[in-house]
Amino acid sequence: MLGKLDWSAIPFDQPIPLGAAFAVFLAAAAVLCWISLKGYWPYLWSEWITSVDHKRIGVMYIVLAMLMLLRGFVDAIMMRTQQVLAIHGPGYLPPEHYDQIFSAHGTIMIFFAAMPFMIGLMNFVVPLQLGIRDVAFPTLNSVSFWLTATGALLVNISLVIGEFARTGWLPYAPLSETTYSPGVGVDYYLWSIQISGVGTLLTGVNLVTTILKMRAPGMGYLRMPMFCWTSLASNLLIVAAFPILTATLAMLTLDRYLGFHFFTNEAGGNQMMFVNLIWAWGHPEVYILVLPAFGIFSEIFSTFSSKPLFGYRSMVAATMFICIVSFMVWLHHFFTMGAGADVNAAFGIATSVIAVGTGVKIYNWLFTMYGGRVRFDTPMLWALAFVTTFTIGGMTGVLLAVPPADFVLHNSLFLVAHFHNVIISGVLFGAFAGFTYWFPKAFGFRLHEGWGKAAFWVTLVGYMLVFVPLYIVGLLGMTRRLQHIDMDLWAPWLVVAAFGVLVMIIGAALQIMQLVVSIRHRDKLRDETGDPWDGRSLEWSTSSPPPAFNFARLPHVENEEPYWSIKQRGIKEQSAETETAYDPIEMPRNSPTGFVTAFFSTLIGFALIWHIWWLAIVGFIGAYATFVVFAWRDHGDYEISADEVARIDRHRQAAQLAWLRNWERPA
Amino acid sequence: MSDHAFTISADSRIRDPYRLNRAGGHGTGSATGHGQGGPASKFVTVAYGFWIFLLSDIIMFSAFFAAYAVLAKATAGGPTGKDLFEPARVAVQTGVLLTSSFTGGLATLASHRRSMAATQFWLLITGLLGAAFLFLEVQEFATMIGEQAGPSRSAFLSAFFALVGCHGTHVALGLLWLGTMMAQLWVKGFRPDILRRLHCFGLFWHALDIIWVAIFTLVYLLGASP
Repeated sequence: MLGKLDWSAIPFDQPIPLGAAFAVFLAAAAVLCWISLKGYWPYLWSEWITSVDHKRIGVMYIVLAMLMLLRGFVDAIMMRTQQVLAIHGPGYLPPEHYDQIFSAHGTIMIFFAAMPFMIGLMNFVVPLQLGIRDVAFPTLNSVSFWLTATGALLVNISLVIGEFARTGWLPYAPLSETTYSPGVGVDYYLWSIQISGVGTLLTGVNLVTTILKMRAPGMGYLRMPMFCWTSLASNLLIVAAFPILTATLAMLTLDRYLGFHFFTNEAGGNQMMFVNLIWAWGHPEVYILVLPAFGIFSEIFSTFSSKPLFGYRSMVAATMFICIVSFMVWLHHFFTMGAGADVNAAFGIATSVIAVGTGVKIYNWLFTMYGGRVRFDTPMLWALAFVTTFTIGGMTGVLLAVPPADFVLHNSLFLVAHFHNVIISGVLFGAFAGFTYWFPKAFGFRLHEGWGKAAFWVTLVGYMLVFVPLYIVGLLGMTRRLQHIDMDLWAPWLVVAAFGVLVMIIGAALQIMQLVVSIRHRDKLRDETGDPWDGRSLEWSTSSPPPAFNFARLPHVENEEPYWSIKQRGIKEQSAETETAYDPIEMPRNSPTGFVTAFFSTLIGFALIWHIWWLAIVGFIGAYATFVVFAWRDHGDYEISADEVARIDRHRQAAQLAWLRNWERPA
Repeated sequence: MSDHAFTISADSRIRDPYRLNRAGGHGTGSATGHGQGGPASKFVTVAYGFWIFLLSDIIMFSAFFAAYAVLAKATAGGPTGKDLFEPARVAVQTGVLLTSSFTGGLATLASHRRSMAATQFWLLITGLLGAAFLFLEVQEFATMIGEQAGPSRSAFLSAFFALVGCHGTHVALGLLWLGTMMAQLWVKGFRPDILRRLHCFGLFWHALDIIWVAIFTLVYLLGASP
C-alpha cells in the first residue's frame, strides 16, 4: 500500500535532523496559524498563489530562493563547524549524515536558491524593461514557479522522511546506482530535480519567446537593456542545456528503477558517460546563473555612475560569445578522466578563452564608472565587491583550466574555494545587488541604506575569511568533502574559515534586520516617483509598484536608454506627458492551474520516490485532468476599463511631474 | 496633442493594439511579429514558443542519441542489432508514421476551410495511424523482451529501449493530446485558441517524424547493416 514507506523512514535515532525538522515544522505551523488567524488566506489565494502576473511570480520566486538560501547556509555552517570539531576527532556529524549535508548544500544552493533568485529577478524585470505587460505565457509562468516550489518541498521533506542523497550535488554513477545507494536519497534528488527542471525549462521557453517576440514598439535588438540581453543568453542556455539534464537523470532513473545499464559497472554500462552528460548541462548551468548577474551589474554600474553603459555593443557580443563557448568547455570538470593531452589541451584553451569574454565585460564596467558621478548606494557596493573579488575567482579559474595544474588541484579545496569565489561574488552578490536595486520597484519603498551597508561590509569580510583559507588548505593538499581531519598543518586555516562563517552569520542577520527595519519604516522610505535611483531604462518610467498592466500605453522606444531620454525631454519641456486618451486593457485572468499542477506533481514525486505506484497513477490522472480543465476554459482574459486605466495612470503622471519640477530645482 | 514621449500616434478609437490576446489569433494587427514592432500576435507567439519547446525536446533526444552512439557496441555478449531488428516491421512503421504526418497536414488544411467533418476525419485517421505505429513498436518490444533481449540485458539494449521508447512515449502522449483536442474542437468549434493548438499539434507531430527518421537511419539501418 505504501511502497517502501514505513516508520523506519523517520530518523528517530538521529537528534540533529529530527530536531531541525521539528523546528522547521513548528515554524511553518506557526506561520500557517498566523495567516489563518489574520484571515489572509483569501487574499493570498486570489492575489498570490493563483496569480499569473509576472511581477508577483517574480517576487514569489525570490521569497522561495531566500528561504532556501538560508537552508543551504545552515548546511554550510554545519560543514565548516564539523571540519573544525573533527580535527583528530569524530566531530558531531557521523559520515552518512555529513555526506547528506554537503550533497544537500550544493543541490539546494544551485537549484533552489541561485536559480529561483535569478529567474525571479528576470521574471520581475524583463517585461518591465521591454516595456510590455506580461510574459508570453503568463499561466505557464505560474506553472513553472510552482513546479520549482515542488522540487524544493521534496528536498526538504527528505529531511524528515527518509534521507537525502550522499553522492554529492551531482550524483556521479556508479555511486548513485542502487548497488551503492540502495536508499531513497538519490531518488529524492532525481525527482525533485526532474520536476523543478521541467519548471525551469518552461521558464526558458517563456522568456526566450517574450524577449524575441514581445518588445515595446521601436525596441530593436540593439536597443534592449543589457539585463534583457543577458537574460536572453541565459534562457537560451536553459533551453539548450536543461534537456540534457532531463535526459541524463532519466537514464539514471531507468538504471535505478527498471534495471537498465546506462552507467552501471556491469553489462557494458559507461560511468564516464554520466560525467560527460551531466557536465554538458553543468557547465552551461554556471553561465545560466552568472549571465543574468552580469546584466544586473551592467544596469547598476550605468545607473549609479549616471552614464550610459560603456561599450554596449561589445557587451552584447561578449554575452553571446560566452553563451556559445560555455557549451565547449565541459570536459575541464574532469581533465583527470584521461582523455589524452590533445583533448585536454583543446578544452583547456576553450576554458581560458571564455575569460576573454568576461574580461571585456570587466573593462566595460570599469570604463562605465570612469568619468562618471559614482554614487555609492548599497547596490553599487555589491557591484564593486563583485568586480574585485570575481576577478580573483576568475583568475584561479584560468589557473585550473591548465590541465597539468588541474591534475594537482582536482577535487581539492582550492577548487571548492574557486567556484565559491565566482559563484558567491558573481551570482549571490548579483542577486543581493538586484534585490536591493529593484526592491523599491516591487514594493514602493526602498530598503534601509544603513543596515544594507552594514550587511554588505560584514558579509564581504566574512566571505573573504572563509574562502581565502580554503584556497590555502587546497594548495596544502586538502581534498574536498572530508568528514574528519588528521593533518595539523590544515587546522589553523580551518579555524579561520569557521570564524569567517560566524562573521557571515552576522551578515545574514544584518540582511534580515535590513528587511525588518525597512518594512517597519516603509512610510519614511516611500518612493513616490517610481524612479528612486535616477534610472535609465523603462522599468523606472512606471509607478512603484507598477499597476497590473505595467504600462497604460506601451512606450515608443527610440534609443538604448528610453527612460533617460524621456526624462531629458520632460525636463526641457517642463512637463510630463499630458492628457492622453486611454484604451481598455485586456489582461490574463488568474488561474489556480499552476498550484494544482504542482500539488499533483508533489504526489507523483513522493509516490515515485517511495514506490507507491497507485499514488503516482492518481497524480498523473490529476495532472492530466488539470490540464484539460485549463484547456477547456472559455474566458482567459479580463478587461480593465479605460476609466480605470486613466485613473491609475494620472496618479503616476502627477507624481512624475512633481519629480520633474524637483529635478529642475535641486534642493 | 503635442509630441510627447509617451504618446503613440495611434487612433484612440482602436482598442489597445498591444493587448495580450490581440487580434484573436491570426496576426491581423499592426505588430510586425519581429519584436521591435511591438508584441507579436498571440498566434505567432504561441507557435514560436512551441517551436522553442520542440527544439529543447530535440536536444533531449540528442542526449539519448549520444548515449546510444556510445553504448551501441556495448552488447555485453548479448544480441546485437543485426540479430534483433526486423527491417520489414520498421519499414511499415516508418510508412505508417510518415503517412500520419501527411493526413495531419490534410487535417490542418481542412481546418483552414473550417470544415468540421473533414478536420475531424483526418485527425481521426492521423490518430489511428499513430496508434498502429505504437502497436507495432510495442509488439517489437514485447518480442525482444520475450527473447531475453530486454533493456537489462546489456547497455546497448538499455540505450535502444530508452531512445526508441522515448519516441514511443512522445507518440503516446501525442495521441492523448490529439484525442483531447478532437473532443475540444467538437465542443468549441474553430475558436482561435483551438486553431492555435491544432497548429502546435501539427508542429509536434512533424517533429516526431524528424526524430523517427533519425532513429530509422541511425538505429535500425546502421544497426542492421553488417
